[in-house]
Amino acid sequence: MTKTLGKDLLGLEPLSTEQIRLILDTAEPFKEVSERQIKKVPALRGMTIVNLFFEASTRTRISFEFAEKRLSADTVNVGSSGSSVQKGETLVDTARNLEAMRINMVVIRHSASGAAHFLADRIQSNVINAGDGTHEHPTQGLLDLLTLRDHFGTLERRRVCIVGDVLHSRVARSNIWGLTKMGAEVAVCGPRSLLPKDIAEFGVIVFKRIEEAIEWAEALNILRLQLERMQGGYIPSLREYNRVFGVTRERLDRAGRPVLIMHPGPMNRGVEIDSDVADGEHSVILDQVTNGVAVRMAVLYLLAGGRPELADAAKGASER
Amino acid sequence: MTRERTGSAPRDVLLRGGRILDPARGVDEVGDVLLRGGSVEAQGRSLSAPDDAEVLDCAGAIIAPGFIDVHCHLREPGREDVETIATGARAAAAGGFTAVCAMPNTEPVTDNQAAVGFILRQAMRAGAARVYPIGAISLGQRGEQLAEFGEMVGAGAVAVSDDGKPVASAHLMRTALEYAQSFGIPVIDHCEEPTLASGGAMNEGIVSARLGVKGIPAEAEEVMVARNILLARLTGGHVHLAHMSTRGSVELIRWGKGLGVTVTAEVTPHHLTLTENACEGYDTHAKMNPPLRTADDLDALREGVRDGTIDVIATDHAPHHYDAKEREFADAPFGIVGLETALGVMLTDLVHTGVLDLPTLVDRLACAPARIFHLAGGSLARGAPAHVTVFDPELEWSVDPSTFVSKGRNTPYADRLLRGRAIATIVDGHVIYRLTR
Repeated sequence: MTKTLGKDLLGLEPLSTEQIRLILDTAEPFKEVSERQIKKVPALRGMTIVNLFFEASTRTRISFEFAEKRLSADTVNVGSSGSSVQKGETLVDTARNLEAMRINMVVIRHSASGAAHFLADRIQSNVINAGDGTHEHPTQGLLDLLTLRDHFGTLERRRVCIVGDVLHSRVARSNIWGLTKMGAEVAVCGPRSLLPKDIAEFGVIVFKRIEEAIEWAEALNILRLQLERMQGGYIPSLREYNRVFGVTRERLDRAGRPVLIMHPGPMNRGVEIDSDVADGEHSVILDQVTNGVAVRMAVLYLLAGGRPELADAAKGASER
Repeated sequence: MTRERTGSAPRDVLLRGGRILDPARGVDEVGDVLLRGGSVEAQGRSLSAPDDAEVLDCAGAIIAPGFIDVHCHLREPGREDVETIATGARAAAAGGFTAVCAMPNTEPVTDNQAAVGFILRQAMRAGAARVYPIGAISLGQRGEQLAEFGEMVGAGAVAVSDDGKPVASAHLMRTALEYAQSFGIPVIDHCEEPTLASGGAMNEGIVSARLGVKGIPAEAEEVMVARNILLARLTGGHVHLAHMSTRGSVELIRWGKGLGVTVTAEVTPHHLTLTENACEGYDTHAKMNPPLRTADDLDALREGVRDGTIDVIATDHAPHHYDAKEREFADAPFGIVGLETALGVMLTDLVHTGVLDLPTLVDRLACAPARIFHLAGGSLARGAPAHVTVFDPELEWSVDPSTFVSKGRNTPYADRLLRGRAIATIVDGHVIYRLTR
């Protein structure tokens, strides 16, 4: 099994268990950087990174930017509004123009599934998928894995249930691949109209009722319910969604044991998750955000050719 | 190489020493065929060549009735940058087709007699494969008001279809099937329930779930196949189902034929040879409508072609500009070119692998299209029009899209090594294409 990551990070599906473990292990020493007074190490000094965000994002974009800056890379942010994309430039032309400016890496968020693949096939720079359509969001999957591993010590045989709109969720797909590769037991729960028809072929358990899912799970990863899904005719109303599938204090109490609560954000309080659950003692939602920076630093470092065993040293020295 | 087909009488052509395959008459023997004055004059062993006759050495080759593609998109009028009637008709000839039927989803839509006449005139000027226009079912393919079938047929249309757009209204489909009966033409439907297929870009299944691409379920096709068969039963009309892609469709057609309903169907070479797996890596050359399905569907389609449930193999030749597919999967256009690869793909993947025998392939490419669309050809009987396809079933070649006669380059078969290729295409006794072996 290959220990390096290769040129790009496009998803967790193509990664081996060893590669995922490598990223998680490399993230450990980088966690400490963000706790320092001066949050900067020279590991990526002289590298140029373009953050290409064609879709709205707060958390992921800022997290990548912090990760890049704390590694001393030079970064440029490009959005779809106010750029040539708005003037009708195609993705392939955008890619060629960026490449012509001799950059090192591209972080891309795009509404089309496969957009990161498309870019990676056409440019020599490293490409990191920051979310493509309803396909994958690998760094979110990785930070979820790291958060679960922090809490449980290991992912082996841990029971994790992904709750909500799995059909349209790139977070769900990256979580399913990452968790199953790391040996966890994975379930999904949601209205059948928001689960892919062939979801069972992913090797996951399917719960039709949230009560059953809570009874089974040690951790719930609760997906954001996009408000457009009502117009699409997938569910009748947010109110009913909350009543039937919402993760509430009462439902959790009935389990009679603690269940770890995760959410990739942004949350719809009172829809998929109640406020007292989101803010409760078993919620690790903000730990996920903190871990996001460390995981992204690890991915950037490894794709730039950094040697994992030197990650600790890289924080202080200029050697990469 | 193509040649001008002018109004003048053709030279005599002697096809010497080939395997004559004429399933319409049950003929399969080695011999010569003489073409004179645009008709088949004689068939036999060691025919002597008349003075001034063009002699084609057919040793090792098959002499068959001319292939007819009942489903292609020639893009003219409207998108002459992508394909023209001339380039499409020449590409057809290079692929061994003596005639093609042109779908009406042009710009403007071919929904009146003047538009039908324009296509025939352009085809005449091209002097390559014959082009039979298909008229629209509804004005502008908007699915509201019937187009003038009678005038279009009078001008030369051979069928009607809103292809590319399914006929959503069951009432409109019913009326079309009734009205078309006065003109003896089939009504062709692209079977797709629009609300089930909406926004989909590939087959709905495990691969689409993994890739995060919105899927089109098999049932989107099957619901409409069932509806169309029932409406054909209701009206007594002839419904022809375009590019079938699923096992369920094959089973429904088998059921319909068993009831005695006048239903015919076609399948493309790509739905007989490729599956949804070709979409891996977001390869836009594997994006078509209907989408590539599963291995199980492919098996059922092959069985359907073998037992005649599916009557015709048609290309759904759909050229696009060279960079139109160079984009995100969801945004790329549907469709691939097929005229120049159809025969090679069918021989390589179906005949040489033992799935289909040669007489059946020739029937599905030549005899059945002529029979169900009431077109000239489909047989090499004495006196039949001299539409002939000569192909070498063993000739090996590699697909190089840059050498296509079609303007389109969008094919999933690029760099495929194929065994079998047309070596001469003859229309009305004129040799319009010859491959130098």
